[in-house]
Parts: sequence; structure tokens; C-alpha cells
Amino acid sequence: MLELTAFELAQKIHAKEISAREAAEVANTRVEKVEGDINAFVTTTPDIATERAERVDERLKNGGSDSVNLWETVPLVVKDVLSTKGTRTTCGSKILEDFTPVYNATALEKFGEDLIMVGKANMDEFAMGSSTENSAYGPTKNPWDLSRVPGGSSGGSAAAVAAGEGWWALGTDTGGSVRQPGAFCGMVGLKPTYGRVSRYGLVAFASSLDQIGPMTRDVRDSALLLQAISGHDPNDSTSAKVEVPDYLSELENGVSGLRVGVVTELMNAEGVEPEVRAITEKTARDLEEAGADVGEVSLPHATYGLPAYYIIAPAELSSNLARFDGVRYGHRATASGVHEMYRRTREEGFGDEAKRRIMLGTYALSSGYYDAYYAQAQKVRTKIVDDFRSAFRDFDILISPTCPTAAFEIGDKVNDPLAMYANDICAVPASLAGVPAISIPGGLSDGLPVGVQLMSDHFTEPTLLRAAHAAERASEFRFEMKP
Amino acid sequence: MISEEQVRHVANLARLGLSDEEVARMGGQLDAILESIEKIQELDLENVPPTANPLRLTNVFRPDEPRPELDRDDALSAAPETSDDLFSVPRID
Amino acid sequence: MAETKEKQTYQAVIGLEFHVHLATKTKMFCGCRVAYGDSPNTHTCPVCLGHPGALPVLNEKAIELGAMAGIALNCEVASHAVFARKNYFYPDLPKGYQISQFDEPICVGGHIDVPTSDGTVRVGITRLHLEEDAAKNVHVGESGRMHGSTGSLVDFNRGGTPLMEIVTEPDIPTPEAARATANQLKSILQAIGVSEADMEKGQLRCDANVSIRNPDGSFGVKTELKNMNSFRFVEKGIAAELSRQQEIIEDGGRIEQATMHYDPATDEVYSLRSKEEAHDYRYFPEPDLLPLELSTEWIEEKKARLPELPAEMKSRFVESYDLSEYDAGVLTADRDLASFYEEVAKSADAKQSANWISGDLRALLNEEGIEISDSKVEPKDMAELISLIENETVSRSAAKAVLAKVFETGDSPSVVVEKEGLAQTGSGELDGVIEGVIADNPDEAERVRDGDKKVVGFLVGQVMKATRGNADGGRARELLMEKLGS
Repeated sequence: MLELTAFELAQKIHAKEISAREAAEVANTRVEKVEGDINAFVTTTPDIATERAERVDERLKNGGSDSVNLWETVPLVVKDVLSTKGTRTTCGSKILEDFTPVYNATALEKFGEDLIMVGKANMDEFAMGSSTENSAYGPTKNPWDLSRVPGGSSGGSAAAVAAGEGWWALGTDTGGSVRQPGAFCGMVGLKPTYGRVSRYGLVAFASSLDQIGPMTRDVRDSALLLQAISGHDPNDSTSAKVEVPDYLSELENGVSGLRVGVVTELMNAEGVEPEVRAITEKTARDLEEAGADVGEVSLPHATYGLPAYYIIAPAELSSNLARFDGVRYGHRATASGVHEMYRRTREEGFGDEAKRRIMLGTYALSSGYYDAYYAQAQKVRTKIVDDFRSAFRDFDILISPTCPTAAFEIGDKVNDPLAMYANDICAVPASLAGVPAISIPGGLSDGLPVGVQLMSDHFTEPTLLRAAHAAERASEFRFEMKP
Repeated sequence: MISEEQVRHVANLARLGLSDEEVARMGGQLDAILESIEKIQELDLENVPPTANPLRLTNVFRPDEPRPELDRDDALSAAPETSDDLFSVPRID
Repeated sequence: MAETKEKQTYQAVIGLEFHVHLATKTKMFCGCRVAYGDSPNTHTCPVCLGHPGALPVLNEKAIELGAMAGIALNCEVASHAVFARKNYFYPDLPKGYQISQFDEPICVGGHIDVPTSDGTVRVGITRLHLEEDAAKNVHVGESGRMHGSTGSLVDFNRGGTPLMEIVTEPDIPTPEAARATANQLKSILQAIGVSEADMEKGQLRCDANVSIRNPDGSFGVKTELKNMNSFRFVEKGIAAELSRQQEIIEDGGRIEQATMHYDPATDEVYSLRSKEEAHDYRYFPEPDLLPLELSTEWIEEKKARLPELPAEMKSRFVESYDLSEYDAGVLTADRDLASFYEEVAKSADAKQSANWISGDLRALLNEEGIEISDSKVEPKDMAELISLIENETVSRSAAKAVLAKVFETGDSPSVVVEKEGLAQTGSGELDGVIEGVIADNPDEAERVRDGDKKVVGFLVGQVMKATRGNADGGRARELLMEKLGS
């Protein structure tokens, strides 16, 4: 059963060949078996998974398959940054060690009351990081090589699915946090258009960049999970009132006539390894062979994305994390005065990377520096938006590496912030522009998966998924459960 | 170069306690990061408007209609300290 | 008064900053009810408690009310406005930032005309912006104040209430004019239904920026004055701060920038220094909200919906009640006073009503420091009093005493007249009294007969004495002269 994709499993459950309860139990058993090696979860919820799976089975029995959406039947791994009513939500931080939310994130509400949740996946603290080493709950290991990182910040979600601790997962992506761990763990990671999926209940890192995205075994699963979580939400002002198309129906329509542009600046970005470049080129050729028109495209300001991102994201973050003050929830340090309480609470509750970015963001917004940093970064953002707009006049799909390398060793970069940040260079332009981007496994380099990134214009996920599906079919890579 | 004093000032704005060792280390790291960020200063963006949000939407409202509220017990449930149905904090100084 | 002296030598420069609760059913960014005096923490949700992951959504009604207030204050409603985060830490601020507006507020550049005893003062409105109110800190410990208390308790019912900040230009010349400005603003806001603007409920709060102009005409160093929670305290607080500044200047000292608090109990201002005062709010555009783009049509539609404004009402009072500009101004500066007047004028002479209300009644209100809505005098009492004067049941002077008594007790004027024996002495009775006075003062009567008119006054005085002041003095003089054939 663990070899099935989520879509296949859902069909079997709908057809009552397998019960949802059986699936939940298989996942729970697998979690028990490998979790000691992987550490993909902050909190596992085996009882919730089985209880709710039973209710899904009950509904299927009483109402037939029409009464239950396909996506409701398959156990889901949920990144621990999504608010789950009644289940603790730590965001990988000590400051929320004992925090149990009183409400559910909108994306999870789309599964109804019976969300079959395997557990809350480990992550870099408040989604800041590219390795899942910045977690107060220990690093997650890459199932492909336990000495390596699974990527981040949604490393727990990626590792859990790669290790068969669930069939699919939800991650969140601010500057590559779904795509990069997807790439490192040999999975498909999709960051939807900004505004496609409600952010309500996603504990904010950088509000103007955050999106929830599917992390799956293949592109079809990605389309199905996107179907589940998409749509307008009146509780999120930045959620778009754009109709949700059927993401599965066009999937196999092929890429004939589709214009695909290989992004020069990202192919040649600093640190991109030759093997990674070669795999990306191969994916472009595969698409060409499948009927696409492939050319080169320039995003002139793409490499300014990284520095702009490392101003905008920490600035928003420094403000978003201000609410963790020990007053209404979360950790509180003992102190006689309230301001000393704030300082000590936040000193004890936040890890190194969180502190570093709070400092960076606070500095960038502070009096005298705002114009040089934040305002300038927002203008760079405009240039990047314009770059994409003009690229999409000539191309339907842009292609680049997801990140410069395959998974690196645990401990390699955790003390070198700049080296860590450099990992995001290919991922952040799409984040800043708010366009959808997907990472699919393009092949292996030294036995480790390498991700290839496809990007398309706002709200054109059907085209993006169609191209990703064609590339996936043409590649030699097939999902393999590890270890 | 960002001075130790500046590090402490920014840490205070963010209500972030830092040990002396952290202050020293943070200063160096912030310097390195800021230096790498300097790259954006080389662009002439004088007349470029800022982008605060990639969505070009405006006027998103909700109607002035009451929605369900939390039970007080739920509202207070996660609080580190409460007293008389209120959130309790140390002396405001 | 001390102010008269100040005005000669020192010129005060006063600007006001108002915080006004908007009359919405729900909070600024969530669907929790706006309620006053309810049990603590019963109107909250993840949004107004700042729970992780919760997001704000703008209350449309608050935007409308803000724009309408701006229109009524002659402001320009911005076609593009943005919400921004103001970052600071305080227990009553759940998110660690307040959602407010910074460089692109909803309204800018208006004015209001404020009637004062020195004539009308035009006070410029710098800006009007929308934000969310903080929660309420309840301080525990013996002093009841922040300093020296052992801890604080927080009630989030108020947190997130739609709030409008209105900042005036430093155009206000005197403490009295500051009070009148506050009053005028309140009446405008009430008139258009934007706020109940009840100071006691904290729906209208007023801070002042106070300085004394330098001899060379430049602005002096200003202080910020807070905690003035009634119109009377606005006036008294500013007066107290001005005299403090004046004393410093006279002693050759220098004014330092500070936040001052007014203590009504001692009628003094004191500085509250906090060691956490170093502010750098790090404003930036609120990424959870999108900009406002208000179309001309939208703005025009709001304009059309505005009810009668005090300035319009004032013209109408001048027109239809034939009042002086001043009286009409005074009456319409206070919405409640204006409707009180209109009620009285339904059944009493319009001009007399205006005189009594803008004069004696307002003096009594000011003395007590209360609003008309809190006074025991009803419109029917005022109308009755005026008719008692007209039918000569009471003299004009006695009527003042009657009003004071009605104001004090809430008894109707006729009851007061009855109880206190303040009825005017009738002409038959007056005849007898005068006969008696002539008989008792034969010498003086003789001198009047001989044409010495100076002595008439003495005899009138005797008549008034005999009637305990309840005679009409003019009438008594007439009768005396008649009887003495002079």
C-alpha cells in the first residue's frame, strides 16, 4: 500500500478496496518504524488519524463515494506551522512548545472535520531555514542519506513523505521552503500563486510571500492536493477571488506548442553545480522532445532577488514574531517587569536563526535605514515582477534549477548563514513575483535527487502542472520510498 | 560596520535578550549579511514604485456583521497566567 | 483670570489629537462585537487576540464612517490609502504592532470653525486616519496607577475597536478654544452618526500638544498632554500646563519635550517618564491588508448621505429662529444643546429661549462641568420658565433663581416658584405696599412731590424690601411717581 501514490490510494479507498482506517494504520506503523531515524515529526497523532479515518469510512459506507472528496480519504502530513485546533502547533519553536490552537487553518478546514492527520511535521523554526536544522525539536534527516539534511523549512513534510510516513504532505513556501526540500528528498513540491491558497491559520513568516503548498510523490498528487486547498477565503484579505479550475483534467494534455524558457541568470547563478545544470537542461530537452518550443529567457533582476528577499522577509518576520511575547500564549520567562519579561521570554524561546532574522528585520525597518533597505528592496521587487511579466509575454513556462546543489551534509552550513541563504537563490524570484512554481525531481546526482523548477504566470497552475507532468513522465526518476 | 551599541539598540527595539557573547557574534553576522545585501544599492531605482504585495488587489472588506466569538475559557486557555478572567502580566515599567 | 494675563505676554500654541471610536457593530479587523462594560474577555477571537496565523480583514463600515467624518471636517478623502504597522511592545497590544495608517491616511487637510467668546476660530485638520484600539490594562496594586503597581491584568474586549485619529493644526489660541474645539468636533461626529463620542465611555479621547510661542514668533518646545477625560479637563489641563510652562520661562528655564499627565484631583500636570520610552515604531505597509482605492463616485455617495452638519444647522438657526450668529454658534456647537433648544423653541419664544439657554443655563452647566444630557433641566422646564416670565408670574431676576433651583433639584419651575414664594407681587398688592411706603416715609414722599426725583430710588428700594424683591422695579417706580403726582 505504501508504494501507491495518494491519488491511487484515494481511488482504492473510494472503491472500498482499502479502508481509510487501514491506510491510517499503515501510516502509523511506518511512522513507528522509521521515525527514530528520520525525526520528521514534532508531534505524531496516530489516534486522530485512525479515529477520523473510521469516520471517513463510515461516511463512505453511508453516503457512497460522492459524499467524500477523493482527497479526504488519504492520511495527510501537516507542517507544524499550520494551526490545528486541539493539536499542539509549535512552528518548530520552543516558544510554542505547549501551545494548542483554538482554531484550524482554512486550508485544513477544506478537509472537513475528519482530516486524517498523521502528525505535525518538523520544520525550521517559524519556517526560517533551508535545512530543518533550526528546529527546537532536533534536525530531520534526509531519508535518502541520513547524514544529510532534507532541506527546509518544510523538511519534516518532505522527509515524512519520502520515508513513507504518509502519502502526501502540506508544506509552506516563503522563499523556496516547499520546493527546495521537495528537491532534496526526490519529491514534487508546488508553491501556488500568491493568493491561491488561504493563509488564514498559517503562522506568518513573511506575509507577502507565504503560501501553503502540496508536497507529493508525483505531479498528479500535487494537482489533487492543490484542488483540495485552493479557493477564496473571506478571512484572508490577500486571498484572491479567482475561480478554482479543475487541476486534474488538463494534466495529460501534453506540452505541444507550449513555449518554455530556460532562465539564463538562474542557470548561471552563483553556486549552481554542473550536474544540477545538466539535469535542468535535460528536463528542458525532454519537454522539447515532447513538443514544447524551448528557448532561453532572461530575468535581468533575478539575482537581485536574494538580497531583496533577505530584507523583505526578515522585516515582515520581525513584526510577525512580535506577538510571541508571553502574554496570551506560549512560553513566558519569569521577570518582575513586563519589558524584562518580554526580553527574557524571547531570548529563551527563540533559536539562533530566529534571533538573527528578527535583528536583521528590525534593523532594516529602523529609523534611518528604512529607505536604503526596505524601500529599496520593495523597488527591486517591482523590477522582478516586471521581469516576469515581460518573460511571460514570450513564454508559458520558465525553467531553472530549484536550488544550486543536491542535499548537503547536516552541520555543513548551519553556522554559516550566508552559505545557507545562498541556497534560495533560484527559488526566491518566483516568491517575490507571487507566481506559481513547482519543483520536480529531474534525476540523480551522486545518488541524490536533484530538483528542477518550473514557473508560470499568476493563476496558470493548470499549465504549470501539465508541463510538470510531461517532464515527470519523460524523466527517468520515479518515486522511491526511503530508507 | 554595525556597532555593539547598535546591536543592543536593535535588540531592545525587538525586546530580544542577548548575551554579551551573542551581541558580539550577532554583530559580525549582521555585518556579513548586510554586506551581501548591499548589492541592491547598485541599482538605480529612483522612479520605480515599490511593490508591497504581488497581488494587485484593492478594497478588500468584510461587512460589519458580528461573527462567533471565543468562549472566555478558550480565550484564556493558552495564557501563561490569568487572574479573575483577565490575562495577567508583570508590572508595567 | 490668569489666562488674560497670559494672552498679553505669552501666546499659547495648542494642537489637539483626538481618538474616536467609530459607531460600528463589530471591531476593525474581526467580527467580534464592540461592547462597553461587558464581562472581561468575552468579545474576542483569534484575530483580536493576535493568535498565531490569524489575519485581519477590514470592516467596510469603518471605512465609510472614517470617510464621512473626513468629509464633514472639510478634508480631502484620499483616492489611495494604505494601512501600516506601528511596531511596539505593550501588554494591551496583542500582535506587537498596531494596524494604523502612516504616510497614506484616508483623509488629509480639513478644518472646522469653532465659536469661542472671542469670535470664531478656524482650526485646521492635519489628517484623519483609521486604526485599531488597544485592549484595556487593569492595573493592580495599591496606587491604582501604573507606577508602583505589582502587575497588570488585560481585558481584550476593547482591543481592535475601530478607532479614528484626528490631528488638528496648532491653531488653537486658548484653553477655552481647545475645549470649544473638542465640543465642536464632538457635535459634528455625533451629528453625522460616526461616533457616539461619549468621553466617559472612552469613545472620545483627547490629547494636546502645548507650547508657548517664542518672542521671535517661532514655535516653542511642545509637550504632549494626556489623560484629559472630559471637556472641562481639556480646558483645565491645558491651562495648568500653560502656567507650568510660563513659570519655567519666567524663571529663565527651558521647556523640555515631555509627555505630561493631567491630574484633575490636584489640578496639576506631572511628567510620567518611562525608561522604555525610546520609540522607533518601524512603520511599514501592512502586508496582510491591501490598499484602499476610493473612487470619486464612492466619495460623492458618502457626501450625499451626510446629515445636517453643525455649520449648516447654525445657518438654519440664524435663518429660521432669527438668532444672532453668536447664539446660533453656541447652541449648535453642542448637538445635545441644539436639540434641547429646538425642543424649547417649539413652545416658547425662540429668541428668549436662545438667550436663556446660551446664557444662564450654559453658565450653570459649565459651573458644574456637566453636559446638558446629564442635567436635571428638561426642555419643558425651560419653556415653562419663559412663559412664567412672559405672563409676569415671575420677574426676570427671580427667574434666574428659579432656574438655578430647577437645575439643582429637577423640580418644575412652577413648583419652585410655589415652594420658594418667588411669584412676582401683583399690581393690586403692589398698590397697597406703595401706599404703606408713602405713609411710612412722609418726608421723602414730600420731597418727591416737590420734584426731587433722586429720592424716588430710595422709595423704590423700600418697596423692593417690603416685597422681598418680588416686585417689578420699573413698575414700582411708575406707580410711585403716579401717586406722588410727579
